[in-house]
Amino acid sequence: MSLRRPAKNQPEIFEFSSSSMEEANKIVSKYPKGKQQSAVMALLYIAQKQNDNWIPLVAMKCIAKFLDMPYIKVYEVATFYTMYNLSPVGKYFVQVCTTTPCMIRGANKLVEACKEKISDKENELSNDKSCSWMEVECLGACVNAPMMQINDDYYEDLDKEKTVEIFDKILKGEDPKPGSYRGRLNTEPENNRKTLMDEKNA
Amino acid sequence: MLKDQDRIFKNLYNDMGADVKSAQTRGDWVNTSELIAKGRDWIINEVKDSQLRGRGGAGFPTGLKWSFAPKEVGSRPHYLVINADESEPGTCKDRDILRFEPHKLIEGCLIASYAVQAHVCYIYIRGEYFIEGQKLQSAIDEAYEKNLIGKNAAGSGWDLDIYIHYGAGAYICGEETALLESIEGKKGQPRLKPPFPALIGLYGCPTIINNVETIAVVPTILRRGGKWFSSLGREKNTGTKIFCISGNVNNPCNVEEEMNISLKELIEVHAGGVVGGWENLQAVIPGGSSMPLIPKEKCETLTMDFDSLMAEKSGLGTAGVVVINKDQDIIKCMARIARFYKHESCGQCTPCREGSGWMWRMLERMAKGEATKDEVDMLGDVTNQIAGHTICAFGEGSSWPVQGLLRHFKKEIEERNNLDPIVQKKNNIPYLVDQHLLDKKNA
Repeated sequence: MSLRRPAKNQPEIFEFSSSSMEEANKIVSKYPKGKQQSAVMALLYIAQKQNDNWIPLVAMKCIAKFLDMPYIKVYEVATFYTMYNLSPVGKYFVQVCTTTPCMIRGANKLVEACKEKISDKENELSNDKSCSWMEVECLGACVNAPMMQINDDYYEDLDKEKTVEIFDKILKGEDPKPGSYRGRLNTEPENNRKTLMDEKNA
Repeated sequence: MLKDQDRIFKNLYNDMGADVKSAQTRGDWVNTSELIAKGRDWIINEVKDSQLRGRGGAGFPTGLKWSFAPKEVGSRPHYLVINADESEPGTCKDRDILRFEPHKLIEGCLIASYAVQAHVCYIYIRGEYFIEGQKLQSAIDEAYEKNLIGKNAAGSGWDLDIYIHYGAGAYICGEETALLESIEGKKGQPRLKPPFPALIGLYGCPTIINNVETIAVVPTILRRGGKWFSSLGREKNTGTKIFCISGNVNNPCNVEEEMNISLKELIEVHAGGVVGGWENLQAVIPGGSSMPLIPKEKCETLTMDFDSLMAEKSGLGTAGVVVINKDQDIIKCMARIARFYKHESCGQCTPCREGSGWMWRMLERMAKGEATKDEVDMLGDVTNQIAGHTICAFGEGSSWPVQGLLRHFKKEIEERNNLDPIVQKKNNIPYLVDQHLLDKKNA
């Protein structure tokens, strides 16, 4: 199990914005009547998006009221799932996969790059407060290892130099292009394709 | 090698685009209503004939699973749930289906929903696959627009709604009952079985849960016939499968191949060989991180299917092949996998919650050579205390890779860890005495 604690400095108030509210109502309608609790995970995402990518305790209380469920059950969900950030993270939130398939292809070099460019420690904001990074477990892009995720996008087939280049860009506030950084097409075997040749040449 | 015309996922690398038009040129949605008109029994029988086994890891026969759904819909509605919570290290096949072949999945959902009499289908996608989820959502929107799903879906007379539910980074939600808990808006902690979800599942209603790949191959099976599918591979291990080859190979890739293909062909032909040559191979994890590794000697002749890997005391799992060459420290690799399981244990059962951390800490020390001689056997003991003593299969999944390491690389561990035990017992101490008093004397 992973240990997760809410941040020490918590805001006093949280309210859904009107666009968030609209989205929330749409999500609740996906589930059968009386089963609105199912929407809690999606609502936590909405709260996280609205609140600079982290969830304060007041937001959990707000969601509990909205879905008519006990606050502790929302708290349980928010602390169980690792993608809910319980304390502030950078505007660019870098997650480096270091599980075995990435590790044996050199994920530690990516971690080095994070330490040099962003901050010495995990979950610490960079000097300009725009980035933070953490090591995560398998992100499910193993044939494109080593890889990392920045906010929603995957950056694949990396090495240390390319990672540093990406960090230079985000530190300048630019959005680097997601996808493979060796220029290969998705998950095809690079320069060694033997299948689906008609489709390739079509 | 499998012929290109027998490949089901023609757009695996996105050469053609994933929209509904290009999907139709590949044969999706062509005669869906005719397939459904042939009736429930025909569909289930055809899937049974194809001997399709679930692609999510356990390899349960799909036709049989569908036949467990109650024949008549009672007071409770039926649900179909698609498991797209792909998080097994080494596996990334569902991701490609979600983003490049979404219409195969959606059409499969319609057919499967009809077969198990469900009007609502939830697709549970892991939260990290947000972009893939968006791509699937736009494919679903397209399908609604063209009346391929919704009321009277594809002119079949069957109503179907498909909704996406995002996970939030919990590996355990790939376990089917944990997934249901998660959809219900709770912590993803597995339920005791029985009752099985086919009778009491989502919201207490009959629920059929299938992997993405399983559902996505169903329309093609029905079009080309169960006989065609079962002619590929071998008895009880039929059809095609997407293999993900990662790790120390020259060209890591996803490739759809026939079941029962040899591991050597997979690595040498499709993945461009092991880095440093075949002789540099150390071990292979054949089916995602929870399957025990297989040392090089056995890799020469190994074939990749459920039963032949089972005979080697491993398993096909999700067919995520992780190749480890001799440049890697095998104990460190396994210690990292143990750390993954320590991180992902849901904490419900004590043996798994405590044991997974125990295994990780011991392996970390063994990788550094800081463990004592007797701890090697103790590690084996710990794995046996976990496997089989938990609610779900996570216990097995976390202890099998460690058992595999001990089975094949015990010598390496023992060579590196030859410290003497801290407390050496010089004489036999009878049980039932104050051991702590005696220990001091014998220390």
